[in-house]
Amino acid sequence: MGSLKIENVKKAFGPVEVLKGIDLEVTDGEFVVFVGPSGCGKSTLLRVIAGLEDSTSGRVVIDGADVSVTPPAKRGIAMVFQTYALYPHLTVKNNMGLGLKQAGTPAAEIDRRIGIASSMLSLEPYLERRPAELSGGQRQRVAIGRAVVREPKLFLFDEPLSNLDAALRVNTRLEIAQLHRRLKATMIYVTHDQVEAMTLADKIVVLNAGRIEQIGGPMELYNAPANEFVAGFIGSPKMNFIDGARLGETAKTIGVRPEHLTVNPNSGAWKGTVVHAEHLGADTNLYLDCEKAGLITVRIFGVYDAEPGTTLYATPDPAKTYRFGADGKTIK
Amino acid sequence: MSTATRSLPRTIGAHAILLTYTAIALFPVILVIMNSFKSRAGIFSAPLTPPTPGTFDLIGYTTVIGQGDFIHYFQNSLVVTIGSLFFVLLFGAMAAFALSEYRFRGNTLMGLYLALGIMIPIRLATVAILQLMVASGLVNTLTALILVYTAQGLPLAVFILSEFMKQVSDDLKNAGRIDGLSEYTIFFRLVVPLVRPSMATVAVFTMIPIWNDLWFPLILAPSEETKTVTLGAQLFLGQFVTNWNAILAALSLAILPVLVLYVIFSRQLIRGITSGAVK
Repeated sequence: MGSLKIENVKKAFGPVEVLKGIDLEVTDGEFVVFVGPSGCGKSTLLRVIAGLEDSTSGRVVIDGADVSVTPPAKRGIAMVFQTYALYPHLTVKNNMGLGLKQAGTPAAEIDRRIGIASSMLSLEPYLERRPAELSGGQRQRVAIGRAVVREPKLFLFDEPLSNLDAALRVNTRLEIAQLHRRLKATMIYVTHDQVEAMTLADKIVVLNAGRIEQIGGPMELYNAPANEFVAGFIGSPKMNFIDGARLGETAKTIGVRPEHLTVNPNSGAWKGTVVHAEHLGADTNLYLDCEKAGLITVRIFGVYDAEPGTTLYATPDPAKTYRFGADGKTIK
Repeated sequence: MSTATRSLPRTIGAHAILLTYTAIALFPVILVIMNSFKSRAGIFSAPLTPPTPGTFDLIGYTTVIGQGDFIHYFQNSLVVTIGSLFFVLLFGAMAAFALSEYRFRGNTLMGLYLALGIMIPIRLATVAILQLMVASGLVNTLTALILVYTAQGLPLAVFILSEFMKQVSDDLKNAGRIDGLSEYTIFFRLVVPLVRPSMATVAVFTMIPIWNDLWFPLILAPSEETKTVTLGAQLFLGQFVTNWNAILAALSLAILPVLVLYVIFSRQLIRGITSGAVK
């Protein structure tokens, strides 16, 4: 009850092709995250799945039924928006119940479902309030509640945490993860934040310029990126890319994650000077200008004192060094 | 307000300018109202002084009300103004919604076509309109006036409202679509309440020229049955003798309904501005 299949979906706005043939399969109960830089087509893909945009070609299949021409309300989906999109003139209770009322569900059933959803999201004290009387986090919980009440086959989240402040974002992220565990429902989540993607997803779909770059579990993408784009997008701080020719390698580009570099004041592979140091407490990010490798980032766990101008040697972990060919693909 | 932006000379200057402007704007209105309470001799001997016990006279008002039909003229004016306003807002908002919400071939061209009316005065077409009304048997009906005023008000309404409709959150409309609301429900229940302040602006801009218009009532509906207030007041403007008392009284009375409508709309305007935030 909640599988999704997308076959060769393309979408063009006039001459601009936003989706260039997307194929994807999502099995029941999976938490899938679409991630990519802005303008990569991830939101458009979500809207095509929701039925808010028509695809130019291709099929969208939910639970074995082709829904390519079905209106959004009949697709068995629920969506949570970045701007909450609550109905300003309705109370929290009516906001949650409107979709069911529209579908002709009996009032007792609507009340039962609102009861369950509001206790799940601790919204009971606010049921009679209007959206204007709620805080940002509460509004987003109402929006999630509105989706839960519909008991959809598919939950669609369109950057739901982007409008929340940092602390609230972590809380709400946790709530969404718990919600998924409890409902065991299929969820599709769009974000540009790779941390959200890594922490929530069973499966991450990395999109770039209207194409899927790689599909896989969070650790799979981290440990075995298919190409330079995925390697650079997943992980923070970003992976260091060094021109292979400068290091005397055959590969076009060499990639090392900042956490896979070690520093030593006396000896090592790449000699460099500290340009800047960021002290975060739990770890320290050093920016080194190396003679051979250029400007690189090194992440050291714990506190490390290094004044700008100091000379340090950085050494990559050879087992965790990636090699990319001229086409950007990873050389295995 | 911070002390950096508050200085006594600047405050006095700003108030002086605003007070002068207010005085200039209100002067003719006050003059009309003041003189409407004076006797004929009082109006001519000292037009700029307020009514004194010697010059105070309600003759203007008794003439106007005594004419009997004036209540009826008021009614006509109200029917025409409110009717036209209703249709301008309804059709204008619907067209604006379609233009801003749906992508269809010729969207921009259609928008331009609908806005073209702002630049072309409708009075240029008076002869054609009159022929049309004669042919359709609508001469001397209020319907004729309502139709013409609706056409006159629509271009500006579509132009202003479509700009505001573009600002209504797409997410909200999409949430409605996912909840199974029809496009009409989305329009009337979600979009219209959010653009209410701009609709009030359009209403004020549309209402005043309609209420004050003399041209079309004179041409399309001059019969006793369908006279509007402005046309009715012409009754006292004789070729040789003009009954100033009655004209001033009629004009003073004509300010009232339009003032009431304005207050209603402007309250909407202020409420919209202060409580608009959705996010």
